[in-house]
Amino acid sequence: ENTKIRVKPDHSGVVTDGVKHSMNPFCEIAVEEAVKLKEKKLIKEVVAVSCGPTQVTETIRTALAMGCDRGIHVEVSGKDYEAMGPLQISKIFAALAKKEEASLIILGKQAIDDDCNQTGQMTAALLDWPQGTFASEVTIDGEKVKVVREIDGGLETIKISMPAVLTADLRLNTPRYATLPNIMKAKKKKIANMKPADLGVDMVSRVEVLRVDEPPTRLAGVKVETVDDLVAKLRANGTI
Amino acid sequence: MENSASGTCTSTALHVETELLVCSDASHNITLHNLPQGQRPTMGSAGCWLYRQLPTPFQPGVEMERFADEADVVIVGGGPAGLSAAIRLKQLAKEQEKELRVCLVEKASQIGAHTLSGACLEPSALNELFPDWKERGAPLNTPVTEDLFSILTEKHRIPVPMLPGLPMNNHGNYIVRLGHFVHWLGEQAEELGVEIYPGYAAAEVLFHEDGSVKGIATNDVGIAKDGSPKDVFERGMELHAKVTLFGEGCHGHLAKQLYRQFNLRENCEPQTYAIGLKELWVIDEKKWRPGRVEHSVGWPLNRNTYGGSFLYHLNEGEPLVALGFVVGLDYTNPYLSPFREFQRWKHHPFVAKTLEGGTRIAYGARALNEGGYQCLPKVTFPGGMLIGCSPGFMNVPKIKGTHTAMKSGMLAAEAIFPKVTAEDPASETAGLHIPEYEDNLKKSWIWKELYAVRNIRPSFHNYFGLYGGMVYTGVFYWILRGKEPWTLKHAGLDSAQLKPAKECTPIEYPKPDGKLSFDLLSSVALSGTNHEGDQPPHLTLKDDSIPVANNLAIYDGPEQRFCPAGVYEYVPLETGEGMRLQINAQNCVHCKTCDIKDPSQNINWVVPEGSGGPAYNGL
Repeated sequence: ENTKIRVKPDHSGVVTDGVKHSMNPFCEIAVEEAVKLKEKKLIKEVVAVSCGPTQVTETIRTALAMGCDRGIHVEVSGKDYEAMGPLQISKIFAALAKKEEASLIILGKQAIDDDCNQTGQMTAALLDWPQGTFASEVTIDGEKVKVVREIDGGLETIKISMPAVLTADLRLNTPRYATLPNIMKAKKKKIANMKPADLGVDMVSRVEVLRVDEPPTRLAGVKVETVDDLVAKLRANGTI
Repeated sequence: MENSASGTCTSTALHVETELLVCSDASHNITLHNLPQGQRPTMGSAGCWLYRQLPTPFQPGVEMERFADEADVVIVGGGPAGLSAAIRLKQLAKEQEKELRVCLVEKASQIGAHTLSGACLEPSALNELFPDWKERGAPLNTPVTEDLFSILTEKHRIPVPMLPGLPMNNHGNYIVRLGHFVHWLGEQAEELGVEIYPGYAAAEVLFHEDGSVKGIATNDVGIAKDGSPKDVFERGMELHAKVTLFGEGCHGHLAKQLYRQFNLRENCEPQTYAIGLKELWVIDEKKWRPGRVEHSVGWPLNRNTYGGSFLYHLNEGEPLVALGFVVGLDYTNPYLSPFREFQRWKHHPFVAKTLEGGTRIAYGARALNEGGYQCLPKVTFPGGMLIGCSPGFMNVPKIKGTHTAMKSGMLAAEAIFPKVTAEDPASETAGLHIPEYEDNLKKSWIWKELYAVRNIRPSFHNYFGLYGGMVYTGVFYWILRGKEPWTLKHAGLDSAQLKPAKECTPIEYPKPDGKLSFDLLSSVALSGTNHEGDQPPHLTLKDDSIPVANNLAIYDGPEQRFCPAGVYEYVPLETGEGMRLQINAQNCVHCKTCDIKDPSQNINWVVPEGSGGPAYNGL
């Protein structure tokens, strides 16, 4: 997660070969919240889902080690994986939610690689379920969920009925470590394998990436001594 | 306890067996106490209690029980030695249809992430381990096509012919990105059924009642910087085994303890080391010569400082070169900065012309062994053995250690297998003692190789330094192949070689130009290193008054210069008068140089929470 990112020589994307992929930090928080709800006996079972190539099974194992009961690996690889975005993933999640008869879907608010912040919202829309996004506190109260949301102006509290989609924000909880004994036990938990086609989802992207570039190198700043100097400089480069 | 409350702690010798208490003062400098039997710590007012040594002291209200599991063999370290040993064990198990549980723990977040090497791989050991390595997709993509050796002066280059028979001749070898090779080894191991656990650091050696090694424990997680347990605190886990292999690489921290515990170094010289710094560059395609190997000695080092450079042109699709600089840690001038020597070497016309127009994409550093034959310790003890660069099988003049590390792992596996699968191991100790491993090493090509080159490195300790050494190599090695009847000695402990600063001249290093040479912090950023911030610093001091009193006063704080990651800084005290040592533990790239070179031998590197450290990709 801390590797310096490099743009591919053909500018089609970033280099991902050999880069350690790990669970998105906001998704760790989501998994932690789900496991906490189960420990409080408010929910019966936690299923960890990930879409992607073979390597994602390691991430699912981490979720299982944190306390999820079983996993589902939706296999997407190659060109489909490169083109995969929030729309395709939300379609997969919506299909799975119906299939598994889920009462709650908890995700991270956004992925730190693309920062889209769309999957949770799109999933809720596709399912026509209520959504509690940017959650910093979740309380289950019978058939309803009270969600305290982090918004620009402060905190907003809403009550939504289940089934619902929640997305986790930073302050929701501190995820537990996936300890080695739990990783070992997680090897015995089941991970089901399926493809998007099995769920009736088409992976065609409506977005085409034309080019990826590094941000331009930041130029050195210039110090000025007086306000007059500042005005002169701003005039000189056409800003005013 | 009273001492600690007032903030002044007396230094005591580091004992492995007794319980140790570590305390930190407000500036997070750490001191160790010998804890009297039966006493438990309390929170002091001048500092907080934290622990990095073993066993973990009692925490009121916190579950201290550790989960334990059993394996047949536990391996510490997922490098070439550890993985080769694991693979060989499973190959034997498959051949002989026996069951064997092999568990490997590795502190990096993924196999290969802490691996750094030149590297020109001699495929001898690989050919033995996997004769079909090519079909299996081993990433040996760049056979060596050209081999250049130069003596550099400030502006010029003197070519030295690479005659066949000279140790540095690379005919038949491959330029590899060792991190990728190690990652591939990891995949082969997993396929064979080895249980590999990256992201878990072995922090403690466990002992049976009879003193033999019982296994290891991973470190506790979720400890805050002040030593208190966080909500997510979890005890580490114990992995027990019939025999435990320690393959931590150069200067392993558990190996340090084992040397003392079992007196493994009583008949060998103290190990001597070098630091290697490395970068990966994407260069202008017109300058790219895939398969070319370049080595140099001389400028910018003076003739009495051992070291040199490497520059390898890889052939993996894009115009990538791996380059780096090695400085022997027996250097005497405390003003020397290996990092800055590396940076200024790149400005030499012969090097600059390859790099001009290119972009640097990776950086890292690691200590390496230079001692060879004279420094080989005993490698077996009840319950365990040492493999790879940990005891140190690197062939220094060849600058290759991967093939010997792999072979040592394979020999260990072959010695262990009959014992751990036997119905009755007939062992005197609970942990198996398998001296056959050491016997097999002595009969193998590793021993012959290391014996033949044993006098080359020590031959540099003469008035003519580098040139004397080259003459010796030319005469005795090339002609006699190491058959001379004498064995030269090294200079002693690297940490004892520094002269006081007042006897030395400060070195004027040029400012980095941002195109060929760079500053330290932007380099560290490229290593991808990171550690969980809220944890006790893993660079511990035995006595926190020594850095200013000794290192700074006499040697002008050499740790500011030899650390390739900017961990150590002497900063003015907030109260005005005097300086203090600031330890930026998060920058650490796990190179181990500070533990080796600290003239006071006051710095003790211990392992931080697993997954922390550099994120090298194919370095």
